[in-house]
Amino acid sequence: MTPDQTTAAQPTVDAPVTVTPAERVIEPTPSAEPAPVVFDVRDLNVYYGAFRAIRDANLQIHRNEVTAFIGPSGCGKSTMLRCFDRMNDLIEGARVEGSIRYHGVDLYGDKIDPVEVRKRIGMVFQKPNPFPKSIYDNIAFGPRLAGIKGDMHEIVERALRQAALWDEVKDRLKKSAIGLSGGQQQRLCIARAIAVAPEVILMDEPCSALDPIATARVEDLMQELKSRYTIVIVTHNMQQAARVSDRTAFFTTEVNETSDTRTGVLVEYDVTDKMFSNPTDERTENYVTGRFG
Amino acid sequence: MSDLLVRGPSEPEPTEDQERRLLEVTIGRSRRVRNRLATVWMYASFVAVVIPLGFIVGYVVAKGLSVLSVDWFTKPLAIISSQPGGGMAPAIVGTLVITFWAAAMAVPLGVLGAVYLHEYGGKGRLARLIRFMSDVMTGVPSIVMGLFIYTIWTLRFGLSGFAGSLALGCLMLPIVIRSTEEMLRLVPDDLRMASYALGNRKWRTIITVVLPAALGGIVSGVMLAVARAAGETAPLLFLIGASRTVNWDAFTGPNSALSLQIFTNATTPFAAAQNRAWGAALTLVGLVFILTIIARVVAARFSLKHQ
Repeated sequence: MTPDQTTAAQPTVDAPVTVTPAERVIEPTPSAEPAPVVFDVRDLNVYYGAFRAIRDANLQIHRNEVTAFIGPSGCGKSTMLRCFDRMNDLIEGARVEGSIRYHGVDLYGDKIDPVEVRKRIGMVFQKPNPFPKSIYDNIAFGPRLAGIKGDMHEIVERALRQAALWDEVKDRLKKSAIGLSGGQQQRLCIARAIAVAPEVILMDEPCSALDPIATARVEDLMQELKSRYTIVIVTHNMQQAARVSDRTAFFTTEVNETSDTRTGVLVEYDVTDKMFSNPTDERTENYVTGRFG
Repeated sequence: MSDLLVRGPSEPEPTEDQERRLLEVTIGRSRRVRNRLATVWMYASFVAVVIPLGFIVGYVVAKGLSVLSVDWFTKPLAIISSQPGGGMAPAIVGTLVITFWAAAMAVPLGVLGAVYLHEYGGKGRLARLIRFMSDVMTGVPSIVMGLFIYTIWTLRFGLSGFAGSLALGCLMLPIVIRSTEEMLRLVPDDLRMASYALGNRKWRTIITVVLPAALGGIVSGVMLAVARAAGETAPLLFLIGASRTVNWDAFTGPNSALSLQIFTNATTPFAAAQNRAWGAALTLVGLVFILTIIARVVAARFSLKHQ
């Protein structure tokens, strides 16, 4: 790589976090009054060509909550997530049946422009993917695109503060984002997503490429962000789901009878505490207790 | 692994000599020999590549430096080529003007073509056809390209620098397309996805994310094409005519070029003319070198990659 390695390797880059994952307290959401529904998924089937990736999924995502999708590889949880901002449209042969209503509007309706959907619903990817531009330009990218008028410096600062990155980068906003550490890059990507003030942030395994300290910071960040945003996160890590989420959906794969392929099904969806302590479905219990398979 | 390290109580401690041999065995003799051979081979190849390069540049500088002067860059071509004197200004201007117009046509077209091929065409039939034709075009000899322009352009509109630009542009086009497409392929899909996820449309993603990310490589490819075009002689022989004075207008009247001056002067029996050919060669090498540096600096300004 380049001279940036030196900056990335500095020990001060990711300041040590005093809170260890085990000590963090999960604030239970008051279940007496369920939050308004943001996404209402009805009989969702997703196909890649002839292959069915998800079968008959039904669930509701609630506002200002963190919803986690867990399950083994190939169970369709990422596919489901990508339906919410229509990123699946970019995959050749992908097809969606059933409906996803976003505040009552069918996201897959005839008149819906996927680009407009993506402006309202942000996404953070598994691998940090900052643009090879300056930190400032990365954050300003979305607002400039949306034609947002106003003080761009203020927008950038606010997004970086919300993503808990401001103090670390405020002196080098004009430097390339590629020089940041992996954890900082991922928080930059979160800041980039929230700079356009979306209502929902989708996160596709946002911590799987990060070390434990960076993971803890991103998890803390999710807790802070959920007062303003609705967060849906896909994770392979059950502990993470238990730590950060209010509700958890468990997906698994079922072998199709007609062919040798596997299709993802939504097994159970409930409040996280219940999912991990007293799940209804046996398959969920086997998975969360590690007796899967 | 670990139980290999745990020794039974009855086993004697290995002597220092035994341990040393144990370690040496891990790098076997044949492996060391092969390693050495491969290293020598690489260095030898490097030297074999650099030696001719060094000789060419050194020889051109040594032979050409003596004729360079203020007159060289300002005066028109010598009237009597067997005598010393005169300058090279018309050829320098001609090469600049002809190459400029060639690049002005080939670079935008080539970059846009590559954007189509990689971002839109993909593996479609039309894209494959264009890719194939572009590869065929790379293989067309430059003199054939010159003849082609001669028949469709020069026979009708007469000799001009622009006729040369057309031929050089045709030669540059496939190089620009190929190198740009390779560079677009190197832009990770993650970046496109990040842009789409922010609600950026495809055409705008290409302009704001993909092309800037590939800019450095695209500039390299363009400069390669420019360097090749600037040195091209054969198609210019019957397209641009011969002008003894500076002609900034590529569209009217004959023009001149450094490569042509090298050719015509070097093939005369006069020492003064041959020196002039060396001078023109040095000027051409220097010109391409300067253009490349300028392009690099400009590209570095626009793409902040690993700062």
